[in-house]
Amino acid sequence: PGDAVAVAASGGKDSTVLAHVLARLGRRLGLRLALLAVDEGIAGYRDAALRVLRAAGAALPLPLAVVSHRELFGWAVDQLGPALGRRSRCTVCGVFRRHALERAAREMGADWIATGHNADDVAETVLMNFLRGDVARLRRAANEAWGATNEATPSAAAPWPTVPRLKPLRHASQKEIVLYAHFLGLPYASAECRHAPLAFRGHPRALLKELEAARPAAVAALAHSGRRLALGAAPGAGAAPGACGRCGAVASGELCMACVLLAALDRGRPKLALGKRGL
Amino acid sequence: SKISVVHCFYFRGGAELLFDGVKKHQVTLPCQPEPWDIRNLLKWIKQNLLKERPELFLQGESVRPGILVLINEADWELMGELDYKLQDQDNVLFISTLHGG
Repeated sequence: PGDAVAVAASGGKDSTVLAHVLARLGRRLGLRLALLAVDEGIAGYRDAALRVLRAAGAALPLPLAVVSHRELFGWAVDQLGPALGRRSRCTVCGVFRRHALERAAREMGADWIATGHNADDVAETVLMNFLRGDVARLRRAANEAWGATNEATPSAAAPWPTVPRLKPLRHASQKEIVLYAHFLGLPYASAECRHAPLAFRGHPRALLKELEAARPAAVAALAHSGRRLALGAAPGAGAAPGACGRCGAVASGELCMACVLLAALDRGRPKLALGKRGL
Repeated sequence: SKISVVHCFYFRGGAELLFDGVKKHQVTLPCQPEPWDIRNLLKWIKQNLLKERPELFLQGESVRPGILVLINEADWELMGELDYKLQDQDNVLFISTLHGG
């Protein structure tokens, strides 16, 4: 109660439902809510979704802030193409978007960032991380579930602690969310990003849908397994994150991932950056 | 005597893109000896309404996993799924969930 929550909103089904649910509960719980959207610079997709979002924000009503990749980084996602491999565009989009969300939420004075990840998303992510051998992410997700909140606290070394995340819809199945939106008549944007077919997530997503048809409990079970994972300590891990030398955000190296990517993009050699640390 | 059977089929959540962007289709199904269960309806939809990329809507004899089917606003899983026999004036809604949110 009394906390400020930045609701990450995209105009899509999950964040539209999230905003609606939080707007209702927020009054009861005394939360200060604001919608926060990131414009990655994807023509025909994000701009259409933002129109829907603005209407939803006005209807709730909740204030809406929009930050754009182009303003923040100088690179719209549509511009990234030639410099990167086709599959890497989604990776860079994700890094920049999360960085933008983080920065904007902090500037807004938010205590939390709420995202609309549903149970299917969580299960897909567990699968994806296994398929990519991304043990660091698996560990982080499991730790969060065990209750270890973000260790980063404000200090001279890391003036930019990460704003803690909330996933209120993480136990709701995608089907429930779509039906909620349907029965309440909530409009949302349902176009697919035209770069999406290239994103790796498509594979675990398709696999999950097949699995769900055979065994519906698999979705919840995957998420559950991901939360209960206890991973062995990795050699060299455990060093406390510091601050990015360029922007001050939390970074596990000298620069945060967004700054590493930006530096490489601006130099015209982004593939260098993507080679680091298992991206 | 022939009873004309009228239905409304809706396509939402992105599924409409496979149907020329048309979300609502008012249809009178032709009389035929085989019952109009959802199984046969899907075959009919594929031949008569679907405009492109059938693999994004159908899989085998059913809808692709990730496409929700509501019959008169009720989950088709409660109605017998493919075996449900269409009654006059029944509405069927197909919502695609296969995209980011």
